[in-house]
Amino acid sequence: MDSNLYNYILGIADNNLILGQRLGELCGHGPSLETDIACTNISLDLFGQVRSYFQYAAKLKGNNINEDEVAFLRPEREYKNVLLVEQPNTNFAYIIVRQFLFDAYHLLFLQELQKSKDITLSAIANKSIKEVSYHYRFSSDWIKRLGDGTDESQAKIQNAINDLWTYTDELFHQVEADKILIEAGVGVDVTQLKAPYYSRVSEVLAQATIQVPDLKYFQKGGKQGIHTEHMGFLLADMQYMQRAYPNMTW
Amino acid sequence: MTSTEQHIDEVLLSILSQVSDPEIPVLTILDMGVVRSASIVNGEVLVKITPTYSGCPAMDVIGDDIKTALEIAGYKSKVELVLSPAWTTDWITEKGRKALENYGIAAPLDEHADKEALLGNKKRVKCTNCGSINTKLVSQFGSTACKALFKCEDCLEPFDYFKCL
Repeated sequence: MDSNLYNYILGIADNNLILGQRLGELCGHGPSLETDIACTNISLDLFGQVRSYFQYAAKLKGNNINEDEVAFLRPEREYKNVLLVEQPNTNFAYIIVRQFLFDAYHLLFLQELQKSKDITLSAIANKSIKEVSYHYRFSSDWIKRLGDGTDESQAKIQNAINDLWTYTDELFHQVEADKILIEAGVGVDVTQLKAPYYSRVSEVLAQATIQVPDLKYFQKGGKQGIHTEHMGFLLADMQYMQRAYPNMTW
Repeated sequence: MTSTEQHIDEVLLSILSQVSDPEIPVLTILDMGVVRSASIVNGEVLVKITPTYSGCPAMDVIGDDIKTALEIAGYKSKVELVLSPAWTTDWITEKGRKALENYGIAAPLDEHADKEALLGNKKRVKCTNCGSINTKLVSQFGSTACKALFKCEDCLEPFDYFKCL
């Protein structure tokens, strides 16, 4: 098995899985019917995409394992998602800011992944980018609506931006698997996405009358499997069925 | 658009046209454009389908329905999911668009008009009940991944709009 490619796929797909799980928690708990449906629809898109990635990863691994095993049967340290996506649904401002900060990155990333020499990855990117464009449209729209809204909605968005900004830099960190796959023409050089990302995000924040935080220190570790305290609780919830009833199927 | 890439053996057309989308029963999977190819290889039918949305829960059901329809017609079959080229609303046939409208789902506009409609900049989506374009976006996301929710400001009926992809 090409373990670099396998790890690389998990590095992409775990972001979808964990953010999808977070959004899924909102099913029946969204602040309004429309936003509830929106968050769970986005969750469904992310799960659909992650299924394609994990089916590919499972095929690489062989031994008849399937996508569910890749998704559910790993300990915390083996999940490679960025810290941003595991942050909790503190309130609607946090949900929208987390989504916006991730969507802006996700869109730029998929644009590049479409050019991958790996035909499966480029096909998944090609499919996903249409869905993610809608996500970005939804989240950036809400950033503007709430940021440029009432004093209270503006304060809440500003607060969420101030808190979550520290997780943005990690999106552009390279890990070992990245370097080898970039050389092979398969992977995306995320360091190249940093400048367009911050310029695009800052532009939307300016329209939303939200201040861009001036941070010198950023949190990192997710890509190495070192997560924030929230991750364990999320996994306990997500993995419950497989832990309680090993090998269960639908 | 790229419908030239679609290859379906003549003899299979009538069988596959009996299979409908489980979420939009008025639409056959052929009208929907999800069947990319169907051919008989060594006595077995190989059908390639592509999802509308990645997370579309209907795909598994569609795959099973295809197998059942072919089995009744006396064929053994295999259904394969392909992602590339990615499905687009352009692949919905003219007959399919009409069926959607009659069912109460506004058919997708072109990409540019879709953006204007979904951002609420311009009134473009026609009410499926009274035909007025005095309509308003209620929710960018609707009852399934492929739809948005609109409301007519003239006859006041809510209706689904099939998003352009």
